[in-house]
Amino acid sequence: MLDVTAPLLAVKELQAWYGESHILHGVDFDVREGEVVTLLGRNGAGKTTTMKSIMGIVGQRTGSVRFEGNELIGKQSNQIARAGIALCPEERGIFASLSVEENLLLPPVIRPGGLSLDKIFELFPNLKERLGSSQGTKLSGGEQQMLAIGRILRTGARLLLLDEPTEGLAPVIIQQIGKTIRSLKQQGFTILLVEQNFRFASTVADRYYVMEHGRIIDQFSNSELDANVEKLHEYLGV
Amino acid sequence: MFEICLPVLLGGKCIPSGALFGQLLIGLINGSFYALLSLGLAVIFGMLNIINFSHGAQYMLGAFVAYLMLQYSGLGYWPALIIAPLIVGLTGVIIERVFLQWLYKLDHLYGLLLTFGLALIIEGVVRNQYGSAGLPYTMPDSLRGGQNLGFMFLPNYRAWVIVASLGVCIGTWFVIERTRLGAYLRAATENPTLVRAFGINVPVMITLTYGFGVALAAFAGVMAAPIYNVSPQMGSELIIVVFAVVVIGGMGSILGAIVTGFGLGVVEGLTKVFFPEASNTVIFVIMAIVLLVRPAGLFGRRA
Repeated sequence: MLDVTAPLLAVKELQAWYGESHILHGVDFDVREGEVVTLLGRNGAGKTTTMKSIMGIVGQRTGSVRFEGNELIGKQSNQIARAGIALCPEERGIFASLSVEENLLLPPVIRPGGLSLDKIFELFPNLKERLGSSQGTKLSGGEQQMLAIGRILRTGARLLLLDEPTEGLAPVIIQQIGKTIRSLKQQGFTILLVEQNFRFASTVADRYYVMEHGRIIDQFSNSELDANVEKLHEYLGV
Repeated sequence: MFEICLPVLLGGKCIPSGALFGQLLIGLINGSFYALLSLGLAVIFGMLNIINFSHGAQYMLGAFVAYLMLQYSGLGYWPALIIAPLIVGLTGVIIERVFLQWLYKLDHLYGLLLTFGLALIIEGVVRNQYGSAGLPYTMPDSLRGGQNLGFMFLPNYRAWVIVASLGVCIGTWFVIERTRLGAYLRAATENPTLVRAFGINVPVMITLTYGFGVALAAFAGVMAAPIYNVSPQMGSELIIVVFAVVVIGGMGSILGAIVTGFGLGVVEGLTKVFFPEASNTVIFVIMAIVLLVRPAGLFGRRA
């Protein structure tokens, strides 16, 4: 039996390297079932590398990443995906040689419990209109982001890793993505979010971890946000 | 019978229709082999980033496996058409696992040199065993004879080669461009890391893709066996032209490989009729022009 008090995702002493460069120097944090947790930090703090290390797409990594109690650190990324984790990468990863529909249907369903296409179109009505488009990369930036999130909702993954989903998008689209994340949380998804924009993060997150130089240097919950705003400004340099 | 004349500007040469259609047919036959082989090369290059120089040797192996099946187990053309590509495809799977998988992150040159070396070894071993004189392979009885179309005589076996090649090419194109499996392949060509992070076993897909590309070459080899003699050098004679076809069509383009394969076969055939002196070089002239005007090839995606 799964211990209900245990976190869904527990990261301990996670270290990662790109070739010779040592990026993560022992990252510790956890995400409980149904939470939206945000990693904050400046450029180069190691947020994206943390996401990629969880997903198994970093050259070399050590430490421990436990998901639903199972150790994932030695697994290949295709096995990690099938364990129930899905990634929406920073660069969105929409495929130019695939139509919008093919992009949406690309990630295989790994277990039951994913959203139906109708539910996805409810969240992102634009996608339904653009379904016939011949090339995924012909969509606008906002539509590509919706496609990148929409396609991982079908798969039945329980933990979604969203890497800077609002980067470079217009305010009205950022609002729509915020609404979507809150709606996904209500539907029981657990979300780990990477953000530089903590104003956006504060509208969706339950808890925050702050990263610097490949380590977690601070953490607080949403209710403690106001008391920590000044510290945060310092951390993030905003 | 009637005559077809070139415009006076081009020399005003007149050709009997029988000769013209005969060469057109030979062009289509050659085009069938160009298309099958360049399709395999395009599939392999797209997915593995490897320029498979042993493709000609693998085509030759297909013909030899068919020959040996007939010699030692009495299995004829039709079983060979299925079994020989499977056997040669399996050797491809082994080559990918043992050698090629270590080269993907290196320069193209390494893959090219490795597969070129393999081609020399395969050809040398076969020559050592069976000599370089061609071995005959008999045509299946069901495809002997031909049809008199009035303006030309169409041998059944040649018609079959064209139809079978077109069928396999269109089938491959359909799978790659129109199915879920094909979407995985196209996506993995663009961004294998992300496709793998969606839960798809990309390394296995790459291995099978190489096996399939090699099996296509072997399939062409079996089809070639009754037309040409089965000989160790049958692949290396053809492969240079096929590489020119691939360059003209655009590296990695599926449709480009098919259309250019058949198209250049026909162009070559027509050149034989109207200007025979140039028939051996016309494809290379076209290649030079295409490289100057459209370096990515006629159907190439990347500039």
